Amino acid sequence: MSSLSLTMGQTGVTSEVDIPATHEAGQSLWKDAWLRLRKNRMAVISLAVLAAEALICALTPLIAPYGFETQTLENTLAAPSFAHWFGTDALGRDLFTRVLYGGRISLAVGILASLVSVVVGVVYGATAGFMGRRMDSIMMRVVDVLYAVPFIFLVIILMVFFGRNIFLLFVALGFTQWLTMARIVRGQVITLKQKEFVEAARSMGVRTSTIIMRHLVPNSLGPVIVYLTLTIPTVILEEAFLSFLGLGVQAPMASWGTLIKDGVDVMEISPYQLVFPAIMLATTLFCLNFLGDGLRDALDPKGAKD
Amino acid sequence: MGFHYILRRLAVMVPVFFLVVAMVFFMIRFAPGGPFDSERQVPPEIMKNLEAKYNLDQPLIVQFGMYLRDLAHFDLGPSFKYANRTVNEIIAESFPVSVELGLLALVWALIIGIGAGMLAALKPNSALDYFPMSFSILGICLPTFVVGPLLVLCFGVWLDWLPVAGWNTWEDRILPSLTLGFAYAAYISRLTRGGFMEVRNQDFVRTARAKGLTEGQILLKHSLKGGLLPVVSYMGPALAGIISGALVTETIFNIPGLGKYFIQSAVNRDYTMVMGTALLYFALIFVANFLVDIAYALLDPRVKYE
Repeated sequence: MSSLSLTMGQTGVTSEVDIPATHEAGQSLWKDAWLRLRKNRMAVISLAVLAAEALICALTPLIAPYGFETQTLENTLAAPSFAHWFGTDALGRDLFTRVLYGGRISLAVGILASLVSVVVGVVYGATAGFMGRRMDSIMMRVVDVLYAVPFIFLVIILMVFFGRNIFLLFVALGFTQWLTMARIVRGQVITLKQKEFVEAARSMGVRTSTIIMRHLVPNSLGPVIVYLTLTIPTVILEEAFLSFLGLGVQAPMASWGTLIKDGVDVMEISPYQLVFPAIMLATTLFCLNFLGDGLRDALDPKGAKD
Repeated sequence: MGFHYILRRLAVMVPVFFLVVAMVFFMIRFAPGGPFDSERQVPPEIMKNLEAKYNLDQPLIVQFGMYLRDLAHFDLGPSFKYANRTVNEIIAESFPVSVELGLLALVWALIIGIGAGMLAALKPNSALDYFPMSFSILGICLPTFVVGPLLVLCFGVWLDWLPVAGWNTWEDRILPSLTLGFAYAAYISRLTRGGFMEVRNQDFVRTARAKGLTEGQILLKHSLKGGLLPVVSYMGPALAGIISGALVTETIFNIPGLGKYFIQSAVNRDYTMVMGTALLYFALIFVANFLVDIAYALLDPRVKYE
């Protein structure tokens, strides 16, 4: 994504203390990042598309033209029309409505599972980084080992054997994604803990847990947010993968994954059933990836590009 | 890289594998439901006989011990659902199919990915660069379960060039392997491009250019090894992804591979089949990661493993 790289301002993010005096007063780290992000056209477009999508999905019950399960049996597998923008499915349900409701589930699973991974990763990484020495090397060795475990198979087994409930789904998916987060946070914490403000806090007798939560975690938020943005599409994709196999969200609920699966069953008669949910899913993944890249350039200019 | 490193990696792998075995074993046993649940109520005497035959009447820990003992002899036990067949037999039959599918997908991914990536790196920021690179974004955002059905719709249904399902003739193999390899081709092309772009600014490449070699000669003779390093380090995740992606591909194209059995037997609560197939997957991915790490160390003398 070389086209995404943009020229950085004179202020590096990691050295937020030495903003030159000539700089406008009160320019915060976040304001700087926002200015940088705004110059990145693809990231801004992605952000706008995602915001619109999130808003529409949040308001779905109010704006959906039909009920989620309302059937018109004399009008099944219809092509797109003014009455049914995306056509209707095999049971005569309005596909546009179902894509909106499916988006709610897909986005919710993506966001909630990513938050689970953030919480686990941040706590684990911050603890390892702060403790240092033996504790750190043991904890990070565990992460190295876990990297080799293909968690998706465990999630499949978990979902099949313990009933396919949605709560389990996002907790399980969240637990597959925390490893890289833990590494990132640990790296940040190791650099931060040598800074003077941590020393000052410690000399004042602040408790270790308070130092971690109040000083170290907030200061490593930049890379965390960047990685969070890149975790959400991964999780949405994994949920769709499971739902496509029939192991994720269960009827009558629907996600983009289950809609794509239903679409595949009837694609020879009515390709719209496959194409519309697929476009929504692909657009979302596309925008999240671009936004993540843009945020990385804006918030974490020194961060590795993959 | 020393012999010690290999030994140490193996020494870690064995206990982790044991832990995973234990985790899967107890996870599926503690889950509600059993292999002999069915619509029809089985008389209690028959149930008792069935359980005695498969040792399900023993305490769980004894069953686990017996499973480990058999596993040490590479005996995965009898299948609970496919009467009179052992798990080893079923795996011996379906595994080669999955291996063939995976290897073909890998070949596609490497040929298309490296080819497109080198083409793009030859003339950066030209049409030769933009075209394959925008195509690769598509490959990253379109998941396997969308690409597969779309390919079937195009080449199988509308154009009617290739068969839509099955696994008998060589034509049957084209669409599934292309589907599975597509996303990885996309990633590999980006990594290849990135690797070559980095190498082209190195001193030894400048020297080669100064002595009058053409860009093509430089690419093949001087930057090939360095440029492909990122691809080698990606092979671990790629192999793991192809192995899990095969679950979906085998479902879409109705291929009698391991993936279909894995999911089917999980749904059927066929304890030994789930264990056997899952363990094979874990072992495969462990070994793949291990081999990739060794290959990486052999190719890049800068990498030091202590």
